[in-house]
Amino acid sequence: MSVKIELPHVGESVVEGTIGKWLKQPGDPIKRYEPLVEIITDKVDMEVPSPVEGYVVRFLAAEGETLPMGAPIAEIATADSPEGAEPVTPSPATPSIQVEPETPAPTAQPTSPGTTGYLLKNVTPVGPTGGAAIENAEPTEYSSPPPVAHAPAAAPTPTIPAPAAAPARTTGQTRLSPAVRRLAETHSIDVSNIQGTGLGGRITRDDVLKYVASGPAPAQVAAPTAQVEGQLSADGQETHVPLTPVRRMIAEAMVRSVSNIPHAWSTVDVDVSSLVALRTSVRAEFEQREGVSLTYLPFVIKAVVESLKEFPTMNATWGGDKIILKNRVNLGLAVAAPNGLIVPVIHNADRLSITGLAVAAKDLAERARTKKLTLNDVQEGTFTLNNTGALGSNISGPIINYPQAGIMTTETIQKRAVVIDNAIAIRSMMNICLSFDHRINDGAEASGFLAAVKSKLQAIGPGTSIY
Amino acid sequence: MVVKSVIEAVREAIREEMERDPKVFVMGEDVGVRGGVFLATQGMSEEFGADRVIDTPLAEASIMGIALGAAFRGMRPIPEVQFSDFVWPSINQLIGEAARACYGTNGAVQVPMVIRIPYGGGIRGGLFHSQNVETHFFHTPGLKVVAPATPYDAKGLLKSAIRDNNPVVFLEHKKTYRLVRGEVPDQEYTLPIGKADIKRPGSNITVVSYGLTLHYCLEAAEELASQGVDVEVVDLRTLTPLDTETILESVKKTGKLAIVHEDNVTGGVGAEIAALVAGQAFEYLDGPISRICGPDVPTMPFAQTLEDAYMPTADKIADGLRKLAAY
Repeated sequence: MSVKIELPHVGESVVEGTIGKWLKQPGDPIKRYEPLVEIITDKVDMEVPSPVEGYVVRFLAAEGETLPMGAPIAEIATADSPEGAEPVTPSPATPSIQVEPETPAPTAQPTSPGTTGYLLKNVTPVGPTGGAAIENAEPTEYSSPPPVAHAPAAAPTPTIPAPAAAPARTTGQTRLSPAVRRLAETHSIDVSNIQGTGLGGRITRDDVLKYVASGPAPAQVAAPTAQVEGQLSADGQETHVPLTPVRRMIAEAMVRSVSNIPHAWSTVDVDVSSLVALRTSVRAEFEQREGVSLTYLPFVIKAVVESLKEFPTMNATWGGDKIILKNRVNLGLAVAAPNGLIVPVIHNADRLSITGLAVAAKDLAERARTKKLTLNDVQEGTFTLNNTGALGSNISGPIINYPQAGIMTTETIQKRAVVIDNAIAIRSMMNICLSFDHRINDGAEASGFLAAVKSKLQAIGPGTSIY
Repeated sequence: MVVKSVIEAVREAIREEMERDPKVFVMGEDVGVRGGVFLATQGMSEEFGADRVIDTPLAEASIMGIALGAAFRGMRPIPEVQFSDFVWPSINQLIGEAARACYGTNGAVQVPMVIRIPYGGGIRGGLFHSQNVETHFFHTPGLKVVAPATPYDAKGLLKSAIRDNNPVVFLEHKKTYRLVRGEVPDQEYTLPIGKADIKRPGSNITVVSYGLTLHYCLEAAEELASQGVDVEVVDLRTLTPLDTETILESVKKTGKLAIVHEDNVTGGVGAEIAALVAGQAFEYLDGPISRICGPDVPTMPFAQTLEDAYMPTADKIADGLRKLAAY
């Protein structure tokens, strides 16, 4: 009998091997364990021994051919089989490698049309049914290219050129819509100068039209990049960065706060769908009227300062033997300035309207970033607000701005599935997180304060006055 | 002008055309003595007689076959399919014959008939009284397909359909019959088949719809207006021939397109409009073409909650439009 020799499995992750070199030729006698073929895989190169004694009948794969593990590669006639009794002598005229493709040549009748099927060609249907003609017709050829034969053939050289590298985008923006491309071309504009206002910063058609209407903007100042300079340590394993004064200050303030104040934390989620809707509906008009973009911040500030008035112990300081309530509400806003965190303060924040708060917050943030804050701007804060959501955060445990009684964060606004009256709804939700000095307040006051902020934010609607 | 319902407008159009042209006649299940299940032909049996307002057995293939034969011989029949869901037995007469007769005879035979089909869901009709069938006719050349949404359009277009020498599938959304009211002129008028109507001009987004959902689109547009988004609502009124000019003009103006229909989303009218705009207004698009349509479920569910989930609503449309506006 003859035995089919298979490409052996050599390792878990090795799925295919390439025939390196046949060490025997058809007709050659071969002993058990005698090397038959060299196999090359991506892990190892190895000689495959014959598992039986006999004669090599034929090869089923050619040198250089890559096959899956387990594929038959040769046939060996064993000594006990009739055909193995005598060596099979190959015809001298035939090449030493005989390859018998399993798939018939493309001209032969296809055994299966595959899932793609095939079209009969050169057949003219006759009559309404066209049946007889079609039934008698010989399928002559595939209308689509024939399946690639299993037989080894010189791999066709790929003729499709690799796609040219896409032109580098200067903006790092998402793709431009056809309308934007056309407009940019019509007006000969470099869109990299345009600040996109669409989804994910996409440049919209309106952005281009506005840009055209406003004339070209001055070249943009390069964004500050985080550059850390330092000295390599003696052993080269570390880099030592000297502290900036601001960094040292922040560090000391944090340590003082955490060492002195027993922090406790609480979080609630707020349904801000109405707030989102309100802001979306008025932001364009607001910006035009006030010259300041309308963010969620002034709404949150308003809710916080009003809640602080309801919970005066949140607007307070630990006095050692007493609790000191602050009669003014001076709200600190954590701002990421170039050198580090800074907390400018909106003094008497409870006396300002939404518009007033928007203007004050924008002014402080801008001066913080341009290092134009005065000493007064950063003093006498009584409570701090931090918009960690702007950084993509969903929950945080902030450190209190010593010696205040608490600090609150607003987190990312996300659309979430929430249950309302036994129905699932998609709402814009935002977490607010509070750290509070547990010497001054207990969970009851903290929760009450958060609930107050929450209900004020949720009460905002189309009718909320912002001027 | 007097305010009328869609069903009143339909009734007026039929009566006026029957008075005007003795070749016009009505046939269908319960259209005669009972005046139709929706009362579209109320009182006509008495007025025009049983010869022109013909009650038929429950046999749509026969209704359509008889109407087709009469149309071949020069009559102007208005066969009624009681509910769109019952149209399937007559599909051979409609798609196999009526749509092809004129073309197949090189114009020797014409088929001046109007197939009135009350269709659509949102009426707790369940599996067999709620179907949207327009896509099958929309796909078939040789038919005109009309789907008005208002009383004014229904009357003007139905009169034009009756005078047209081609087979016209006239789709009346049954929820609009008594739900939608509007002004209808007292004097004689017709409206051209194949002309869309801008029901609400706008500059930010184009939304194309027809039938019942047109009204939901108008509601959604109002809501978005309060949020600073200016939506243009295009009422197709006619599905075939499609008013490509109005659609393309509108999209070129706004740069964004949403298509809304109650029929299943896949392979529907919206797909064709999306292809049209992608092909002919590509350079004007400033956002993905979006479809807010019925989901691909086999039929309208019976359960109220599921039917509500199926139907496009003003809220769902507004939501889709907001996303498109923000893009």
